[in-house]
Amino acid sequence: MSERVLTLSNIWKRFGDVDVLRGIDLEVNTHEVVALIGASGSGKSTLLRTINLLERIDDGQVMLRGTDISDPAIKADAVRARIGVVFQHYNLFPHMSVLDNVTLASRHVLGQSKDVAEARGLELLERIGLAPQARSFPDRLSGGQQQRAAIVRAIATSPELLLLDEVTSALDPELVAEVLDLVRELKSEGTTIVMATHEMAFARDVADRVVFLDKGVIAEQGPPAQVFGAPREQRTKEFLGRTFP
Amino acid sequence: MTSHDDTARQPSSIELGRRAFRRRQGLRSVILSIISTIALAIIAWLTVVNTPGWARVQQTFFNPEIAWQSLPRVWDGFLLNLRVLFFAVIGVLIVSILLAVIRTVRGPVFFPLRALAAGYTDLFRGLPLIIVLYIVGYGIPGLQGADGTRIPSAVLGTIALILTYSAYVSEVFRAGIEAVHPSQRLAARSLGLSHGKALRLVILPQAVRKVTPALMNDFIAMQKDVGLISVLGAIDAVRAAQIETAQSFNFTPYVVAGLLFVLLALPMIRFTDWYTARLRSREQIGGIV
Repeated sequence: MSERVLTLSNIWKRFGDVDVLRGIDLEVNTHEVVALIGASGSGKSTLLRTINLLERIDDGQVMLRGTDISDPAIKADAVRARIGVVFQHYNLFPHMSVLDNVTLASRHVLGQSKDVAEARGLELLERIGLAPQARSFPDRLSGGQQQRAAIVRAIATSPELLLLDEVTSALDPELVAEVLDLVRELKSEGTTIVMATHEMAFARDVADRVVFLDKGVIAEQGPPAQVFGAPREQRTKEFLGRTFP
Repeated sequence: MTSHDDTARQPSSIELGRRAFRRRQGLRSVILSIISTIALAIIAWLTVVNTPGWARVQQTFFNPEIAWQSLPRVWDGFLLNLRVLFFAVIGVLIVSILLAVIRTVRGPVFFPLRALAAGYTDLFRGLPLIIVLYIVGYGIPGLQGADGTRIPSAVLGTIALILTYSAYVSEVFRAGIEAVHPSQRLAARSLGLSHGKALRLVILPQAVRKVTPALMNDFIAMQKDVGLISVLGAIDAVRAAQIETAQSFNFTPYVVAGLLFVLLALPMIRFTDWYTARLRSREQIGGIV
């Protein structure tokens, strides 16, 4: 049932003379939602980027369903196509309609025909209530709508793993809910998700496992009830005391 | 978000006062600019007309009769300029995008290509166009030897124009590519698009939009530089004017050719200004200073 999707072992990453990741070990199973929490600069975003090969690691190994994707001989584009990413600032392509954004990867990476890709894209947009805006350009949409479109863009190719990098951090408070609702829905459909987040309440309610990163190492991880309810580590207590009283 | 509530709502007396003031100010500046324009025109005209040699200059440069006589021939030459311009623009677009893309490709394998492209843009931005014209115009036929059909000089001129302008325009494209935010590349690559596809589908379309005003400016410069192919002996507007001048001992045909070039450039110049202003006003919504 719960098959291993992702295995990170001993991941190191250095920027300049700062070790941002210092020997991360993490495993993610299918249908699991893992929330990465931690202060800014704790390495959450960097960790997500190394998983998607947008950042080259300095040591360690990233395994995606048993394949070593940190092997330089691997085809990085093919790996990235299997992993969906949603960024903090949406990063929709401003010169394309919302529908073209959503269908870009299906058409040009998976090689689907325009009709097939658009049918699927419209279906997805329909589900999040953005079908009327399918032919609009991203700048006509609200932040929440843009981020939901970006999420749909990331899942349009049915990736095996979805990475969410602080997807609500750039949004006004009243727009956060609509994005989180969509993430909740994806979870209920069984999507495997690793998300970096500052939304502690959301992490507590939705995640199967919470991973607390501190200065590039995993300080503590476990079920949300345990990490939030009865943190074992002193630094977890301090962090949660500051951010989630 | 109804934008025109003003029709339904009566503006306050303060706002009405402000509007009346702005209207008066606007009227005043229009009248002032008309007066100053007319005054300047009169002064310029009187100065030129009262120079001692004006009558002679008028006769040799602005002779309507000779202008009319030379027009058919100059016009035929001008059509050659238009053809050269057409092919040169297409050539420049292709070569310059290639150059710009080559210069953005990373990886040690591509170093020779990158260095070559960089060297090319350095060389041809430094070389005066007229020298490129001579080298291409007389160098390429020289390579052929004595036999074989001659390449028309208009074709050689087109090649020289493409060589020179591609160097400039590729720098414009490169600036545009670099102006697209790195997060766009990141998003494209994260979807699994290859470097080439990310460039073609995501980066270049945005880059081109960013540099369109600069590109149009280079296009305007090219419109008049097509006249330089005359140095290779192609009978274009300038060459035709030269021939006419040699026959009539009157410089009016040159003025005719010049006028044709200006008429060609004007719509593009106006369009570029309009487009640039529109871009600026789009980016500065809300600002008035």
